[in-house]
Amino acid sequence: MPDNGFEPKIVGFLCKWCSYTGADLAGTSRKQYAPNLAGIRVMCSGRVDPTFIVKALADGADGVLIAGCHPGDCHYSVGNYRAMRRVPMLRKLLDQFGIEPERVWLEWISASEGDRFAEVVNSMTETIRKLGPLNWKERAEALSGAA
Amino acid sequence: MAKPKVAFYWCGSCGGCEEAVVDLAEKILDVVAAVDIVLWPVALDFKLKDIESYEPGEIAVTFINGSVRLSEHEEWVKMLREKSQLVIAFGSCSHLGGIPGLINMNTAQQVLENKYLKSVSVDNADGVIPMPTNSVDGYDLDLPAVWNSVRRLDEVIDVDYYLPGCAPPPDLILEAVGAILKGELPPKGSVLSPAKSLCESCPLNESKPEDLTIDEFKRVATSQPDPETCYLAQGFVCLGPSTRSGCGERCIRANMPCRGCFGPTPEAMDQGTKLISAIASSGTSDTSESAASVAEGFVDPVGTLYRFSLPSSILKRGLKNV
Amino acid sequence: MSRQITINPITRLEGHGKIEIFLDEQGDVERAFFQVPEIRGFETFCIGRPSEEMPRITERICGVCPTAHHMASTKALDDLWKVKPTRTAKLLREMVYNAFMFEDHNLHFFFLGGPDFIVGPTAPAAERNILGVINKVGLEIAGQLIKVRREIRSIIETVGGKVVHPVFGLPGGVSRGINEEERQRFLASANTAVEFAQFALKAFDDIVLKNQDYVDLILSDGFIHKTYYAGLVDENNKVNFYEHRVRVVDPEGREVAKFEPHEYTEFIAEHVEPWTYITFPFLKKVGWKGFVDGPDSGVFRVAPLARLNASDGMATPLAQEAYEKMFETLGGKPSHHTLAFHWARLVEALQAAEALKGLLEDEEITSDDIRNLPTETPKEGVGIVEAPRGTLIHHYWSDEDGILTRVNLIVATNHNAAATAMSVEKAAKAVIHGGHVDDGLLNLVEMAFRPYDPCHACATHAIGKTPLVARIYDHTGKRLREIKR
Repeated sequence: MPDNGFEPKIVGFLCKWCSYTGADLAGTSRKQYAPNLAGIRVMCSGRVDPTFIVKALADGADGVLIAGCHPGDCHYSVGNYRAMRRVPMLRKLLDQFGIEPERVWLEWISASEGDRFAEVVNSMTETIRKLGPLNWKERAEALSGAA
Repeated sequence: MAKPKVAFYWCGSCGGCEEAVVDLAEKILDVVAAVDIVLWPVALDFKLKDIESYEPGEIAVTFINGSVRLSEHEEWVKMLREKSQLVIAFGSCSHLGGIPGLINMNTAQQVLENKYLKSVSVDNADGVIPMPTNSVDGYDLDLPAVWNSVRRLDEVIDVDYYLPGCAPPPDLILEAVGAILKGELPPKGSVLSPAKSLCESCPLNESKPEDLTIDEFKRVATSQPDPETCYLAQGFVCLGPSTRSGCGERCIRANMPCRGCFGPTPEAMDQGTKLISAIASSGTSDTSESAASVAEGFVDPVGTLYRFSLPSSILKRGLKNV
Repeated sequence: MSRQITINPITRLEGHGKIEIFLDEQGDVERAFFQVPEIRGFETFCIGRPSEEMPRITERICGVCPTAHHMASTKALDDLWKVKPTRTAKLLREMVYNAFMFEDHNLHFFFLGGPDFIVGPTAPAAERNILGVINKVGLEIAGQLIKVRREIRSIIETVGGKVVHPVFGLPGGVSRGINEEERQRFLASANTAVEFAQFALKAFDDIVLKNQDYVDLILSDGFIHKTYYAGLVDENNKVNFYEHRVRVVDPEGREVAKFEPHEYTEFIAEHVEPWTYITFPFLKKVGWKGFVDGPDSGVFRVAPLARLNASDGMATPLAQEAYEKMFETLGGKPSHHTLAFHWARLVEALQAAEALKGLLEDEEITSDDIRNLPTETPKEGVGIVEAPRGTLIHHYWSDEDGILTRVNLIVATNHNAAATAMSVEKAAKAVIHGGHVDDGLLNLVEMAFRPYDPCHACATHAIGKTPLVARIYDHTGKRLREIKR
C-alpha cells in the first residue's frame, strides 16, 4: 500500500515484570525509536485476553504487540505459555476475518532488554507501515447496509 | 380489564421460532386465553391497518424474531416499536444475528454470482441476475435489494429483553410470558435466561477438567463422541464455556457438542475470543512451533466460534476477499 | 395501458411472496407474476465450513422442515466421505424421518392449507385459520391433533436433541440411539399416529369429498396443469421419503427417467428470471419452454401428488388402499388436479405412520452400533430426500480435510416454482374479471399456491419475510386501493 505519510497506531500489552520494565529502560537510556506504540501495563502476558487484542484492532489500532518474559522466566511460571498458546489460534481467526496475522506480534523482552524493546517497536512499526492502515470500523461500516 | 395485546412478528426468519411457539402445544391455549393476539402472520390473517391505527404503547408486548435484512423489515420493526410497550428480541437471529449472520463473511454480489452465474445446475447462458427493478415485456416488477450484512434487531430499534436460542425452548418461552403477565421482569436489557455458562448446568460437567487441555482437536466427522464425557476433555470443540445456560443442554443430550446458540455469557464481550481463551490457554505445548501446530487442528474458527453471533462479535463482519 | 394489482402479503404458507397481476383495458388479467422477494446466500456462506457442521447449518434454511435439510445433508455427508450408515443408524434415521413427515403433513393440513376446505374458501378471513378449524371440528379433535403431533415430535426430539433444528446426523451414522423403554413408548405413539392418519383421511372424506362444491372445485379446469412429475422411489418403484432413486414420469404417467442422486445435474437444470430470486428447475432433456405445461415443456412438479403420480404405489398397505381410492375418485393416474395435493398429503401421512410403526417393530433399532467412521478422503457428495414439499437436493464439494469449497442446493419448493407461478396466473385469469378485486377473490388466487405447501424460506435458501399487501394501480400509476393482510 502507498505510504501517504501513514503513521501506524500500535497498542502494546507489556507485562509488568519484564517487558514494561524493559520499555522503561529504553526510555531512561534515552533510546531513539519510533513513537508509534501506546503501551498498556499488565501484570503478565498471560493476562492478555484475546478479546483485548481484537477490541484494540476493531477500535482503531493498526497492530497489537503482546510482550512478556522469556519462556521459563515468567514471574507466575506459566503465564507466558498461555499467551504462547493463544496467539496462534487468534491469528488463525484474524486471518479468516481478513486481518493479516502480521499485525499481531508476540515477543519476549526481559527487564534488561531496553535495546531489544526499541528494536521490536521500530521493526513492528515498519512492518505495519508496509501493510497499511487497518481502518477496521470504517471498512466494516461501508459494507453494512444496502449493497 | 381488557386482555393485554400481544404481537408476534418475523423479519428474516426461518419459521423455527414460530414452530417453537406452536410447540407450547396444549399450553398455548392457556396463553391464548390470557392475552389478545393481534398479529401473527404465520397463523392468522391480520389487518395491517388495525396495527397502524393503534396508539403508541397500545400493544403490551411484541415478540420479534429473525434478523433485519431488508428495508421492509426496518419499517415494520420501527412501527411496532412505537406501538409497543415492550419489545422482546425472540431467538438467536434477532438477539445475535443468527446463522444467516455468517453471510457477513461475504458480499451480496458474491451471493448473486454464486447462485445465478456459477452454480453447477443453473442454465443461464445470458448471465441473468435478478435486479431490484425490472421491466419484463413492458411490465414493471420490483424486488427488494439484498444487503451486504445482516443486522441484529437492537441495531435498528431499542430492545427491552432478549429471549435466546435457536429456537428458544418452550419452557423458557413460557417462563418469559409468565413473568411478563405478572410484571416480574428483570432490569431492562436483560437476557431472559440464567446468567451462567452452559458448563455449569451441563450433565457432563463432572468430567470437565479444571484446566482444559486440548493438544489435538477431534472432529465429529471422523470420531464418535462419547456421550458420558465432557466434549472438551475428549478434544472436540464445544462452546459451553462461553455460552449462556438455559437451553436444557438438548444438543449435549443427543451427544453433540454445543455450538453456542444462546449467545455469550453476561461478562463476555465476545463469544469467540472468550472461547479461545478457554480452550487455548492450557496444554502441553511450550514452544511456539508446537503451539502453532495445535492451532492448525482447529478448523474454521470463525464459523465455529461465531456460528450464531457473528453480527454481535467485536469485528462484526469479514473483509477478506470482498 | 394495463392496470396493476399487487397481492402482498400472502398468508398461511411458510415464507414470503408477492403476486403482481396486470389487467388489460377490460379489467381482465393479462399477465400474473409470482415473485419471491429474497435470497439468503446459504450456498455462499457455507463455503469454508467443515462438512460435518452442514446438517446443523443448512437446517436453518427452514424451521418448519429442518429435519428434511438435516437428513439430505447427512446423506450428502455419507456420499462425501464414502461411508455407509450402520443398519441401526439407518433405522433410526428413517424413524425420525417418517415421524417428521407425519407431523409436518398434519401441520400443513390443519394449520395452513386445510382451513380453506375445512372452514371454506369463502369464509371470512378471521375464521380461515387453525382457530376456525378448531371451532369447526371441535376441541376434542383439536386436542387429539395437538397431542399426536406432540408425541411424534418428541420422537424426533429424543434422538435429535431438539425438534426445531435437530443435531444427530453424522457421516456413517447418528450421534444417539434409543433404548428399549423408548422403543416401546414410541411404538405406542406410532399406533396412535396410524389411527390419527386414518381419521384425517376420513375427515377429508366427510368434509371435502361429500361436498359436491368442493369436489367440483378440485376437478375444475382452473386448477389443472398437465406437467411431468418427480419423486423418490424404492427398488419396487414405491413411494419412499428417505432414499433411493428419483423417478420422473411424463404427463401420461410413463417413466422417462430414473436416476441416482449423483446424476441429478444430467436431468435437472435451473432457469433464471430477473424478476424473482427463485430459480425454476426444469427437465433438461425436454428443455425450458416458458411457463407452460404439457409434454413439450420441461416444467415438472414435486411433493405429495407428484410423488404418488411418479410411483407405482405406496409402500405400506393402508396407505396403498387410500392411494387406490384417491386415484379412482380423481379419474385415473396420473392426476393433474392441483388441489388433490392436499389429499395426497394425507395418504402420505398414513404411509409415514405405518412405516414408523414398522421401523419400531425392528428390534435392531435399539442396538448401540450406530456409527461407521469414515476412512476415505472426502471430495464430493450428493444427498437427496423427499421433503414434505418435494425433492430436496444437497450437493457438497470439499478439500481433503472435509472443508467445503462449493455448495449447491436445490430445494423442494424450487421445483414447484414454475408450476406455482402458472397456477397463480391461471387462477387469477379465472377469477378476476372487469377489474373487480376483493378479499374472497384474493383467497381463491392464494388457494392456487397453497396446495404446493410452499416453503419460501427454503426456496430461496432465504430467510426473510415481508408482509403481504395488495395494491391496485390505474394505468397512470395512481394507487386506487390497498388491501392489506
